[in-house]
Amino acid sequence: MHEDPLRVHGGLVGRRQFFRVGITGLLVISLPHRALARPSLDEAIRSFTGGANVLDGRVRLDLPPLVENGNAVGIAVVAESPMTEDDHVRRIAVFNEKNPEANVAVFHLGPRSGRATVSTRIRLATSQVVVAVAEMSDGSFWSSRASAIVTLAACIEDLS
Amino acid sequence: MARALVNVPKAAKQGEVVEIKAMIAHPMETGYRVSPNGSNIPRDIIRRFACTYSGEEVFSADLFPAVSANPFIAFTLIATTSGTIEFTWTDDAGTAQTASAMITVS
Repeated sequence: MHEDPLRVHGGLVGRRQFFRVGITGLLVISLPHRALARPSLDEAIRSFTGGANVLDGRVRLDLPPLVENGNAVGIAVVAESPMTEDDHVRRIAVFNEKNPEANVAVFHLGPRSGRATVSTRIRLATSQVVVAVAEMSDGSFWSSRASAIVTLAACIEDLS
Repeated sequence: MARALVNVPKAAKQGEVVEIKAMIAHPMETGYRVSPNGSNIPRDIIRRFACTYSGEEVFSADLFPAVSANPFIAFTLIATTSGTIEFTWTDDAGTAQTASAMITVS
């Protein structure tokens, strides 16, 4: 019995097709992962401000420059505002650069707050930049950024 | 039920700015961690914190998984009238836990 050349040819094409399908499949599998990837720091801030211009100043973000334990990092945000009915801070939002999610927290304040100051404890997955954005009652946005070096990361298991 | 700790000054002068501290025992599970058997640990966080002063909401916060376990929040309020300051923490399942403190304003 002689070998059927067509069959051999067909088998070769089949293998190529198999590789092609495999590579396409890998691309398809990797696509939703890319779609699920977290928004960048700037994108997150833009979705908070609704595209408004963010100015530097009037806000101070206190973040320790060297963090030993990323699971609990004390931060404080202070905004310069008289906190009156006419001129107060409406919201203060905190964003991070490299955690699995860009948002950290959004605080809603008002004239009854007296002072525009909040503090809390956050998680940092790695050394990164943290940004605080304050929305004033006149609709303007002010921001402050600080970076921290993290020696023991939070949620170390799931970050490459 | 989780344990909540709040720190409100017992007495204050009218118009004085008082510092309020609130903390609740909660794991704030991010949903990004993997258990030893390889399955994902489901997300379980406090999503919202709110503070009312004599029934009126004066401060609130939306929290995300990047807030540490046992979330601690400190903020300020103007002491207006004697009354109750109430705190509410709401988690992913929608269950709310409350705590309250009295303030006497002179």
